[in-house]
Amino acid sequence: MYHKTPSYRIFSIFNHLLLAFIAILCTLPLIHTLALSLSGKAPANANLVGLIPIDFTWDAYDKTLDNPDFLRSLYVAVIRTVAGTLFGMLVIFLAAYPLSKHGSAFRSRQAYAWFFIVTLLFNGGLIPTYMVVQKLHLMNSIWALILPVTVNIWLLVLMMSFFRHIPKELEESSLIDGAGHFRILFRIFLPISMPAVATLSLFTMVFHWNSWFDGLIYITQARNYPLSTFLQTILVQIDTSQLSTTGQDMQNISNTTVKAAQIFIGALPILAVYPFLQKYFVKGMVLGAIKE
Amino acid sequence: MGSRTNRNTIPAAGPLHGARFRRMFRYTWPLHVMLLPAVILVLLFQYLPMLGIVMAFQDFKPWTGFTGSEWVGLDHFRSIFERKDSTQVIWNTLIIASLKIVFIIVIPVAFALLLNEIRHAVYKRTVQTLVYLPHFLSWVILGGILADLLSPQSGLVNRVLHDWFGIRPVFFLGDGNWFRFTVVASHVWKEFGYGTIIYLAALAGINPSLYEAAEVDGASRLQQTLYVTLPSLVPIIVVCTTLELSNILNGGFDQIFNLYNPMVYAKGDIIDTFVYRVGILDQQMSFSAAIGVFKSVVSLVLITAVYRIAHKVANYRIF
Repeated sequence: MYHKTPSYRIFSIFNHLLLAFIAILCTLPLIHTLALSLSGKAPANANLVGLIPIDFTWDAYDKTLDNPDFLRSLYVAVIRTVAGTLFGMLVIFLAAYPLSKHGSAFRSRQAYAWFFIVTLLFNGGLIPTYMVVQKLHLMNSIWALILPVTVNIWLLVLMMSFFRHIPKELEESSLIDGAGHFRILFRIFLPISMPAVATLSLFTMVFHWNSWFDGLIYITQARNYPLSTFLQTILVQIDTSQLSTTGQDMQNISNTTVKAAQIFIGALPILAVYPFLQKYFVKGMVLGAIKE
Repeated sequence: MGSRTNRNTIPAAGPLHGARFRRMFRYTWPLHVMLLPAVILVLLFQYLPMLGIVMAFQDFKPWTGFTGSEWVGLDHFRSIFERKDSTQVIWNTLIIASLKIVFIIVIPVAFALLLNEIRHAVYKRTVQTLVYLPHFLSWVILGGILADLLSPQSGLVNRVLHDWFGIRPVFFLGDGNWFRFTVVASHVWKEFGYGTIIYLAALAGINPSLYEAAEVDGASRLQQTLYVTLPSLVPIIVVCTTLELSNILNGGFDQIFNLYNPMVYAKGDIIDTFVYRVGILDQQMSFSAAIGVFKSVVSLVLITAVYRIAHKVANYRIF
């Protein structure tokens, strides 16, 4: 009944406006960057561009996509994301199955579970991990970007909870029919859990695409940086160090539109998968966060 | 023969050995094989580095290695609290992290309450879509955008502040205090939307009959919110707060690293960025490993304590 009271109506109008304002405010920075990347050089340098491109041109994108360094790092990023996701999903999918078993069916389960939980509580830190990667001769290899981050405990827990919701009867009947665990996992669990696998793959893809720090420390040749690391070095390392100096670098200014284009291309894959991602992450996050 | 007698004598719930063990193993060995890749990777990249923390107690030099480096005991830990730069860094981390924790609880709760009042499903979903988005972009992208947006000379924010309100350029990323503000504000920008999800889920789970009863008793919407909605949210707020508390030594490496510069080291440098600079760039590996150990131990204590509280208050478990 409260919906009809005048005070609630006033609140409701105000509330709609406020939320719309906040939602738009959240995306304005991205829109500004897009507008900047599509603007001509002159208006961009004169700080005239707001939210709409001025002197519309694709120049900045042409220039970015002509840059061999950019293309090279884009290629590395794609390889890393695809390989990292495939490999990571395989390892997690395999490991989640035994962990989803009840302690009575798989006695060692609890020991394995603690083996993984400990890593959530304690880790060796940056320097020792760096030295392990070095000692394993993984430096400058794409595997340095994949192997250390493959076993993500949270994804493992999500996959495990999903497996637990699969009716026990399915597994029992196949066991009676003589199927082994591997056959059950790949012939029965895999088809059923495709939605979960798709969701976790999206998470892993976003993670790999966004990772930049491991590229910075494990890859020593700048030409083999994945895109995020490449962007980090050209956008952030130069820009913030010159922010507070009074006169801005001339070269920096002329690069405004190109930088904006690079940022936008870097964000594009995330924006592209975002609708699919959004469909699932709410479920996934709540699943991981609360259990009764 | 032996196995045969064993099978008859061992009770069903007894310890595993002999034939029972073998029978069990015939059923479970594929499960061990399935865990093998994950176990190897975790051993290599999680457990092996844990051994590396002995360097925190040594004067470690890469060319002499773990066996040849001089043993110095707790010297490095002592100097964490004696060196001016490291104590400053710990303070910075505490200040930035606690501000973040406060705002990332309060704002999502408030936002979820407001969003909950919207009945129009499409409107609601659109707002959600827009506010969740920044969570998925990396700090490299957001850092690049912010550097451009907040620049004192050419940034859109300072242009708006100047043209609309006549405010002189603000050095958001070049002045220590403003830097802290920017870090907290941009963290809220990136994460508050994502933070509302959990509260929205909790709101959806509140029993509607509570509201019906309140309505019958003549409670206004505000009273319903204060006396029905908020008390129902308290357990989940407590859980989120306690879990967030374990981040008290996490200033947010990705964010700070992509926003800071030497001008704001005094107020913006945090433990993790300091460890990186001192350990990898300056090669003071032992000292920075000691800070890493210090941080890990504090986090471990906090997480264990907080986890117990969360378990008691809301029966929250990970595994």
